[in-house]
Amino acid sequence: MKLELRGITKRFGSFVANDQISLTVEPGEIHALLGENGAGKSTLMNVLYGLYRAEEGEILLDGTEQHFAGPGDAMNAGIGMVHQHFMLIPVFTVAENVMLGHEKTTFGGRLDLASARKTVLDISARFGFHVDPDALVEDLPVGVQQRVEIIKALSRDAKVLVFDEPTAVLTPQETDELIVIMKQLREAGTSIVFITHKLREVREVADRITIIRLGKVVGEALPTASNKELASLMVGRAVELTVEKEPAVVGAAALVVDNLSVIDIHGQIVVNKVSFEVHSGEILAIAGVQGNGQTELTEALLGLQDRVTGTITLDGKPLTGLSVRKVLDAGVGFVPEDRQEDGLVAEFTIAENLMLDRSTREPFVKAGSLQLATLAEFAEKKVAEFDIRAQGITAHVGRLSGGNQQKVVLARELSRDLRLFVAAQPTRGLDVGSIEFVHTRIVETRDAGTPVIVVSTELDEVVALADRIAVMYRGGIAGIVPGDTPREVLGLMMAGASHAEATGESAVRTA
Amino acid sequence: MTTLTRTQDAQSPIVLEKAEIRSWKAPIALAVFVAIGAVIFIGFGREGESTFVLSRRGDAIQLPAIVAPTLATCIAIVLLLAAITAWSAYLSYRAHKTPVWALGAFGFLFVVGFLTWAAAGASLPVSGLLIGTLGISVPLIFGALGGVISERAGVVNVAIEGQLLAGAFVAAVVASVTRQPLLGLAAAMLAGVLVSFVLAAFAIKYLVDQVIVGVVLNVLVAGLTSFLFSQVLTEDTALLNSPPGFDPINIPILSEIPILGPVLFRQTIIVYVMYFAIAAVWFGLYRTRWGLRVRSVGEHPQAADTVGINVASTRFWNVSLAGAIAGFGGAYLTLDAVGSFNKEMTAGAGFIALAAVIFGRWDPIKATLAALLFGFATNLQNVLSIIGSPVPSEFMLMLPYVVTIFAVAGLVGKSRPPAADGKPYIKS
Repeated sequence: MKLELRGITKRFGSFVANDQISLTVEPGEIHALLGENGAGKSTLMNVLYGLYRAEEGEILLDGTEQHFAGPGDAMNAGIGMVHQHFMLIPVFTVAENVMLGHEKTTFGGRLDLASARKTVLDISARFGFHVDPDALVEDLPVGVQQRVEIIKALSRDAKVLVFDEPTAVLTPQETDELIVIMKQLREAGTSIVFITHKLREVREVADRITIIRLGKVVGEALPTASNKELASLMVGRAVELTVEKEPAVVGAAALVVDNLSVIDIHGQIVVNKVSFEVHSGEILAIAGVQGNGQTELTEALLGLQDRVTGTITLDGKPLTGLSVRKVLDAGVGFVPEDRQEDGLVAEFTIAENLMLDRSTREPFVKAGSLQLATLAEFAEKKVAEFDIRAQGITAHVGRLSGGNQQKVVLARELSRDLRLFVAAQPTRGLDVGSIEFVHTRIVETRDAGTPVIVVSTELDEVVALADRIAVMYRGGIAGIVPGDTPREVLGLMMAGASHAEATGESAVRTA
Repeated sequence: MTTLTRTQDAQSPIVLEKAEIRSWKAPIALAVFVAIGAVIFIGFGREGESTFVLSRRGDAIQLPAIVAPTLATCIAIVLLLAAITAWSAYLSYRAHKTPVWALGAFGFLFVVGFLTWAAAGASLPVSGLLIGTLGISVPLIFGALGGVISERAGVVNVAIEGQLLAGAFVAAVVASVTRQPLLGLAAAMLAGVLVSFVLAAFAIKYLVDQVIVGVVLNVLVAGLTSFLFSQVLTEDTALLNSPPGFDPINIPILSEIPILGPVLFRQTIIVYVMYFAIAAVWFGLYRTRWGLRVRSVGEHPQAADTVGINVASTRFWNVSLAGAIAGFGGAYLTLDAVGSFNKEMTAGAGFIALAAVIFGRWDPIKATLAALLFGFATNLQNVLSIIGSPVPSEFMLMLPYVVTIFAVAGLVGKSRPPAADGKPYIKS
């Protein structure tokens, strides 16, 4: 089915999210929509899917104009969507999720689960998915949940399939598999819109590329275009895709983690006998698929986890069992992975957020009262130093963009004397410009001689920053490898292979 | 080859090793109850014999009354309770959970022990105790069913109390005026729906905090019905507040089952409708299109929206349905149990029903069982004050609420409400 969008304009108040966007997707084509976070990609797709009503413009399918009052209409017209945040109900089974909204019933209004199961199995068989129709969705790994989303769309005979940032949650292997699936779907005649900001994937799978920036189409490209060309179109200026960094000047071991285990409230061992060292002046990246214990490991370092065994020592002093306050006082800086939930108080101003961890002592508090002048001076300095773009230090942090929010967190954490810096998912959801900034600051911290731990699920980031890489898998460390380890090897280790297996040594021996 | 096997491995869910966690919650709780039991049943042991009357005069099958020596029976029961506790401690030591049936058996034995002790030198009518339990439970069960439906759809229904009270009032007036109890029932449902309309409109359309709307509605209905009762109904009680009640219908054969027959099958149409409603709500929620959609808007409204389900209207109509069910339950008070309307006659039944919804983990069957438990606690206090219990009646009056607090706080543990319960869905 041929999809045409003509002159779509969508405003939110005075903000123009989509400005006269036109786009044509031919039948059996994978059309990539490339743009930074906040460029208006998702807004455009929500217009297409009937979730938003556009102020201007029209949607045509095979030349016929369409008017969608809601997602139901869009689905009936043959548009399917694989959402970035899966639209699946965690406590329902796969079959129930697939049938929801177009349920068949048998005698007495009973749900016809048998036919829903059959649909799931049929589509699974057609594309080689292994999906159990009776599994609860919440028990499935994200890669499989995404397949359920695809099955859901295909079960409604979708002819145009929109993938909204589908690889954000996937391992490198799952990403490769998804690319195979997308190509299979294209062979079957499905038109695909692929929304992403990852250049590598676009060039691997797209037939054509449309780039949007600040709500406007700024260019079209073929997959033969170079990364640099695409990136500069996307950002609007030339960007450095690689982080400039000198070889690490490694000092003595500063942080020593020995035999650390963490047990969660369900009694599961989420971190399993982990041991590693971080030396001053080096970046240790912790790679791994989300949910393999990285979150709990960083929280254990900061003293946020109960039920911890093993020891953590920093500069020879034990951190295990200390309160968060004492850990911070020992010189640990921490960027949490969810900045909105754990890193900031959205309703507070920039200045207030900058002093959150120093609210009990001088210079910001004297005799129990806040020293507002000192605070304002400090905040102004930090806003300038970290290039925080806001209307002023009294702006509410919740109103800032993700990049500026993260700069506030960094400014706060890096303005203390650090003996250890831990950054969890430091660039998640940030635009290319902010990523550049964050990475530069992390490398500067390292060069100042501070040991740094960067936790990331993005291989690009791991490879860009790391001096050494620890790969986590199912709570344990699959191996600690040098920073220049090839991506393929890391990918295999993220799926549980040891370093030897991943480099193929064991395969050679057994063959 | 390595690549292939590893890739498939990555698809399997991340299964972490399980650590052995020993939870001592169950044995400790049981031990506390054993201690309480030992002190009351044995420490303050009472001499004499306890008689349990199982059959009523006129029953086709007459069972002999059970006569038990009070102190000996109490000692035996405390020993049994201690045995269960020891077993539970052993299970905890082996990092196993104490099974639910064992907790149930413990609870049953404890109650039997308490009754034996309380009925020393007197005779306790068992069917009477159970009949009263069911009677008190009927409005609780209807209220809980309404609560389950509403909350499964994602709207917290604190207004159950108001819906019950509105149903009771309107049923009394309409049935009195028309002399048709069936019309009274229909009007009660309508009254419940009207209360729900207000809740639904404010909660779904205007996104007002659902708990606050619910609380305000309860106060509003209580005030309105009290005002109308004292200003209008008392003027002409014969015309406005003497509804014709329903007559009990004896189901042949079933009603002759010993003990339970008279309890379950010599009831009015309202109670028979209740049996049907419990089954229908359960079947509907888990086996039909309606239920799947209701649960989807309560769990993940955006997901429901993206497959073309109208979240607002689904929630609106199901909150209304919940109101109709609760209103129906309210009618039981005026058309069956009491026979006329009284000021604030629900007396917190709606809140107990709300507790039953939570204790029953948002499941119609479990919520019904929870409502029955609360009904039993309330009625026990009535029965014991009649046969002359040694416990001060003020203390016994606390029983239903103590049971509620224990049930909700202690026994439920971690229960998972519908994910979007109480959260308004704002379409962007």
